[in-house]
Amino acid sequence: MKTPLWQDIPWESVKGIAPTYRARVDKSQWRDVFLQCREATGRLIALWATDARPEQAEFMVHAVLLFADHWLWISYGMDETNPNYPDVSDIFPAAIRRQRAIYDLLGASSGASDTRPWLRHGAWLAREFPLRRDFTVSAATPGGHEESYAFVRVKGDGIHEMGVGPVHAGTIEPGHFRLAIVGDEIMRLEERLAYAHKGVEKRFESLGLIEGARLAGRMCADSTVAYTWAYAMAVEAMSGCVVPARAEWLRGLLLERERIANHLGNIGALSNDGGLAFGQTQFSLLKERWIQTHQRLWGHRYLMDAIVPGGVAHDLTHQDRAQMEHECNDLEQAVRILQDILADHAGLQERFLGIGCLTAARIEALGGVGLAARASGLARDIRTEFPSPPYDTLAPRIATRRQGDVAARVALRFDEISESLRLMRHILADLPEGPLISAPPMATGKQGLGCVEGWRGEVFVAIERAAPDGLHHVHIHDPSWQNWPLLEQAVIGNLVPDFPLINTSFNLAYSGHDL
Amino acid sequence: MHKLIRRLIATGIVTIPRSVPERFAQDAYESSRALLRQLGRALAVRHVDAGSCNGCELEIHAVNNPYYNLEGLGIHFVASPRHADILMVTGPVSRHMVPALLMTYEALADPKRVLALGDCAMGRGIFHANYATVGRVDAVIPVDITIAGCPPPPAAIIEAFLALIGTSALA
Ligand code: SF4
Repeated sequence: MKTPLWQDIPWESVKGIAPTYRARVDKSQWRDVFLQCREATGRLIALWATDARPEQAEFMVHAVLLFADHWLWISYGMDETNPNYPDVSDIFPAAIRRQRAIYDLLGASSGASDTRPWLRHGAWLAREFPLRRDFTVSAATPGGHEESYAFVRVKGDGIHEMGVGPVHAGTIEPGHFRLAIVGDEIMRLEERLAYAHKGVEKRFESLGLIEGARLAGRMCADSTVAYTWAYAMAVEAMSGCVVPARAEWLRGLLLERERIANHLGNIGALSNDGGLAFGQTQFSLLKERWIQTHQRLWGHRYLMDAIVPGGVAHDLTHQDRAQMEHECNDLEQAVRILQDILADHAGLQERFLGIGCLTAARIEALGGVGLAARASGLARDIRTEFPSPPYDTLAPRIATRRQGDVAARVALRFDEISESLRLMRHILADLPEGPLISAPPMATGKQGLGCVEGWRGEVFVAIERAAPDGLHHVHIHDPSWQNWPLLEQAVIGNLVPDFPLINTSFNLAYSGHDL
Repeated sequence: MHKLIRRLIATGIVTIPRSVPERFAQDAYESSRALLRQLGRALAVRHVDAGSCNGCELEIHAVNNPYYNLEGLGIHFVASPRHADILMVTGPVSRHMVPALLMTYEALADPKRVLALGDCAMGRGIFHANYATVGRVDAVIPVDITIAGCPPPPAAIIEAFLALIGTSALA
């Protein structure tokens, strides 16, 4: 490792997706590692906190940071009576909301200036911290208590405030958007999320590690493959179990199928928002046929529970594979025709072009990831940055677009459909023979990481076992944490009627974020 | 434009070759007639996501795709609870959604009917009651109809609607 700055730190190697080194750091090292990461144009993958009592008489705050050729997992021990840790939101703005969330769940403060709750609305009190081991549910009414939230006020002549959500006009997930507008122009957007917060980290504590895979697959249904894979990867890393090659390749196939299903659905939704209902009917039909194959071959339209710790639950016959090749050809042809029609439709392109623009520099500064970053020219993709099997063999060609507007995000989805089809064909042709699953993993290790490039971006899972009682803590991180702040920036200066279109073009997770 | 029209013609009518034969034998014609008799118009549904994982929503989108074409049966989703005959709730009810769910319920016209969609909403899903989750819809508002599944497949959703319309429960 080229980290002379921390030669005195005893790094230990952690199993998971990338070469990862873990260590306890002290207060000044905590910020140093973040600064060094920033300088190396790395990024913050996840930031969370756990209760290490009673064994250690302390709370721990953890961060996983990505560098060019390795990852670092740093942990800082906080005093049990007054837990606090150094603020890093000036280095990585994506830390702002995570730090607020850490306070809501564990009561550890960063000293950052924004001390408003983020995950907590009124379901529990400001002095209660659900992730502390001595937390008990206070007898509250189902809805908890009313609490007002201090949205940032924009003042000035002719400025109006407009609030939408958490219940929206259509069938979408719950979230609240506060817009400051002048006439029809958006001056500022402030998001308020966590309406779907379900106390998932707590729920994981009551499930065994293997059972937990079902829960991991229900964090965010449109990314169930990415979540279960990342979770399985972390469990496997803890148990040192070797996943059979055939299972790794089938997982890749599932992940690319999930990516395609979502891109089809999203392009349809965007055409609809852009005023071309034809696109919606056509793409939703393609998606429907695509997920009917999931039902037929994997027994679930969205592929829930298809990945299990140790391998996969279903095999493909030669006949299935041959049929799937045809399916890929048919889809490719249909998508090509539709892409042509959409490109020719001046009205639709008018709605897409130049709307909801973000530059690469802006995304870089905010720490954006995944599809949204690639649509602005940043080639961020775990499949190529830290390829694990089967991607080390498949060598995905990452598509990027430069413009960073709605049109670029649409175009990128088309590019990614083609590339995912290519990867699928490669998998179907070269699928290794062998078993589907290795012996049930016995998770004896003390920690494991998993990370998978879902269709939105990198889905991350960390599992840590607290000795000696064997209780484990699961932390799950959705890329939407990094990308929701991008939406706030992307809408500035756009028209109110374009807001739904821009929002759909990012298509971020609510449930996956709120957990 | 000619390409678009060509594609439309090539696609044709795709709505299901009814996959659950007996139930679907009462086709669009019959369900519309039953609705006209009982309500005199289409059945209006308002959906609220009360902390779902978004899987149930994916299937709500799916029933509206051309393959299942729920609107063809005289059932459509509306933007306001004031226009709705049925409130469809998904998710295990996160406590943070309780106030919004109650407000939506209050806004429904009488008789208020509630459909709990999916295992979570029915209290048999993977999310149990805890500090952040109520655990089931009927702990917050009365539920009249349930549809099981994780998520319930479109055929089950359509079947439940047809059964409801068929029993004249709406009259
Ligand atoms: S029933 Fe299943 S699909 Fe529906 S919200 Fe619950 S976990 Fe998600």
